Amino acid sequence: MTRRSVTNVVMLTLTGACALLTVSVMFYILGYLAWHGASALSWNFFTKLPAPVNVPGGGMANAIVGSAKLLLLACCIGVPVGILAGIYLSEFAGHTIASVLRFTVDLLNGVPSIVIGIFAYTVIVLPMHTFSTLAGGFALGIMMIPISVRSTEEYLRAVPSSLREASLALGAARWATITRVVVPAAFRGILTGVMLALARVAGETAPLIFTAFGNNSWSHGWSQPTASLPFMIYTYAVSPYDDWHRQAWAAGLVLVTLVLLVNIVTRLALARKMPLSR
Amino acid sequence: MTTTDLAAPAGNGFTGVWRRLRNFDLGDSVAYSITLLAGTGIFILVGVLLVELWLNSRLARHEFGWKFLFTSIWDPIAQHFGALPFLYGTLVTSLLALIIAIPLGLGTAIFLVELVPAWLSDWLAFIIDLLAAVPSVVYGLLGIFVLVPIIRSGVEPFLQSTLGSLPLFQGPAYGFGFLAAGVVLGIMVVPFIVSVSREVLLAVPQEQREAALSLGATQWEAASQVVVPYARSGIFGSIFLALARALGETMAVTMVIGNDPSIHTSLFASGYSIAAVIANEFAEATSTLYIHVLIELGLILFGLTFILNALARLLILATVRRGTVRP
Amino acid sequence: MASVGTVHSGNNVNLKSEQSVDTPQRFSLPPKPSVTADSSLRFKISGLKVSYGPKEVLHGIDINISSNVVTALIGPSGCGKSTFLRSLNRMTETVRTARVEGDILLDDENIADMDVVKLRRRVGMVFQRPNPFPKSIFDNVAYGLRINGHKGSLSESVEHSLRRAALWDEVKDQLHKSAYTLSGGQQQRLCIARALAVDPEVLLLDEPCSALDPVTTAKIEELLFQLKPSCTIVIVTHNMQQAARASDFTAFLLEGRLIEYQPTPKLFTTPADPRTEAYITGRFG
Repeated sequence: MTRRSVTNVVMLTLTGACALLTVSVMFYILGYLAWHGASALSWNFFTKLPAPVNVPGGGMANAIVGSAKLLLLACCIGVPVGILAGIYLSEFAGHTIASVLRFTVDLLNGVPSIVIGIFAYTVIVLPMHTFSTLAGGFALGIMMIPISVRSTEEYLRAVPSSLREASLALGAARWATITRVVVPAAFRGILTGVMLALARVAGETAPLIFTAFGNNSWSHGWSQPTASLPFMIYTYAVSPYDDWHRQAWAAGLVLVTLVLLVNIVTRLALARKMPLSR
Repeated sequence: MTTTDLAAPAGNGFTGVWRRLRNFDLGDSVAYSITLLAGTGIFILVGVLLVELWLNSRLARHEFGWKFLFTSIWDPIAQHFGALPFLYGTLVTSLLALIIAIPLGLGTAIFLVELVPAWLSDWLAFIIDLLAAVPSVVYGLLGIFVLVPIIRSGVEPFLQSTLGSLPLFQGPAYGFGFLAAGVVLGIMVVPFIVSVSREVLLAVPQEQREAALSLGATQWEAASQVVVPYARSGIFGSIFLALARALGETMAVTMVIGNDPSIHTSLFASGYSIAAVIANEFAEATSTLYIHVLIELGLILFGLTFILNALARLLILATVRRGTVRP
Repeated sequence: MASVGTVHSGNNVNLKSEQSVDTPQRFSLPPKPSVTADSSLRFKISGLKVSYGPKEVLHGIDINISSNVVTALIGPSGCGKSTFLRSLNRMTETVRTARVEGDILLDDENIADMDVVKLRRRVGMVFQRPNPFPKSIFDNVAYGLRINGHKGSLSESVEHSLRRAALWDEVKDQLHKSAYTLSGGQQQRLCIARALAVDPEVLLLDEPCSALDPVTTAKIEELLFQLKPSCTIVIVTHNMQQAARASDFTAFLLEGRLIEYQPTPKLFTTPADPRTEAYITGRFG
């Protein structure tokens, strides 16, 4: 009897320890990044180009702009395809096609990002004979598609069918119902899905290594190799120079802050409308 | 769309077309076509992806065949390639990750579902979800500068002095290697196990807990003998999902595994993983065969993660359904 | 402490100092007040208040429950009868916000001071909907025995419990099949067998027949009758015919208060409180 209650207390305490450990990893990461990143962060970081080794100063202005361009391109590809396919799944597709398409989307979501990079390499870098913003944005855009599709579908489905019926009963066509009633009702959810997808690909490095590559200077237009924040963190972190390590910490802090901010703001904004799971 | 729709008076120019678009089936047809196009686009995309990978790795298959999987020589200069060291590294680091992540993740999920009030559970789960949002390159950064030194000066000497007789824990302590990669991966996949396991545990009917408790089970007994077994297929699903993540994870592993294409028993030794070798060598691959070999590795990775993801989805679906619809 | 069949329900006092003599023979006669009352009282409950969060569900219940009889709790839904039942083996604690005040004495020991695991072993429970574990029939019944470190033959005990629950003949050839292959009524009797396996002194049943057909319901009522010699039974039911058929004593609860507590035939034929009469004649609830 006592053995059982001792086991009970010990095991329940252990699960609490697991939770504490898991949650504290998050705070440790944030704290460590803030500690090491903040000291390396300065105005120069946002405005200057990377400096050569052993030259003090320098920043990652080109990587910030590069990341922005990559993400813009990714949105141009991922958002329309994702949302339209989500609308198709929720509003038009028959049962069989829907489940096949859903399966395909899940399949795409599970493809390792490095493999998406290979794909972008074979279809864009090889024909163009150069690494480019275009190739990197294309790879990130593909990665955005499955997340946007699934969240769009999910939130469209959550729109009560009585709303659709009300609109249809007023004589509106299906497409008018969708664009005027259904999509606006689910707009917040869809936006959330897109923002989370964006936050996810913003930190992706693997698909950029041999698509966008990297660049120590400005990248003009869309067909030149470009720097990006995650890729800079990677190259700087594995370099042997202390200066570069500090820059990597600063870049890590900026990247994590942005990604987490987007996550927190969108999730909380949504949670206000829709109660959390329980 | 019927002929009467088309034959209907067009009205006055633009407004007529506009009205028809809004009210007649033509608008629906257009909307349908556009969204269908997007849906079909995804099919095509995945199809082209597979075809591209397949075609661009044909030289590797042609040259090495199945032998590729069982050869451990990796010599780009002599154009001799074998996938074994990478398969080995990928599997070892992923298994190590699971050994760390399963107890940690499951323990956390049980705590969140069985012991904490709902509001706190939701908040903690939210924070843990954020852990999954941290970019992998940042995990790699912390891996290099935080974890590797700890492993080099703390964990490895400790393991060597206590379990040093096992072949797993021998050799010099570099820090970089299988162990570091496994630990980083483990931390990275915990959120996946927590969030899915929590969901399936929440789906276990309250009656199951009450039945166990009313028979005199302690809270731990009810959780471990009744609730967790009830949700077991969903929990396996979460583990497969985590495994698929670990297998395909690139940056964090590349940064701490040591990047050495050879097979060692010791977890302290440097190794290589499939994703890491692609990341490191793709941009510098000099010959077409070399590229094809790396793409072949990508295809293998794709196949592995595909199987695991498919299994995971099936299992999770099975549990959540059983949880809501009583058998 | 007052005798069985006596009510102290706050402002709704309805004193009956003496047991009715007109109890039909089918019912085990309640003990004579002063002589053996305490020894044959299983539960003595005084001032029981239960609240969920800010909402008080039971507003002070005083009631005694005697051994080896069937006591039925009736009342309109939401009157707190399930909550009352769940407080008897502290299942109220599974709701985090629940707060229990007052004393519940089981064999003169306050259950609040008992080890909850031990308490629940002594006070078993059967729920509204059958809730077998996703295990085999055998393992379902054996579960309670195993966790309590059962000594002796597991299969004998399982058989005994299944016989007591009148299920043995139907399942003896399929003990290792999943419990989910059984019908709803069989599942509910399996849950009774599972609760009986640990040999509880008290069996609480929370509307055990609400999901079952009349034939199965009759089987379970018959079962209660047979269990009486070895077990004290408290059953919550919304079905007044069931209370009338199967119980020896009936308590009527309304809005968290005990209105009337009488030997069953008396409560159903000559209720003392007009509200009881209104309820059993179907004027509300």
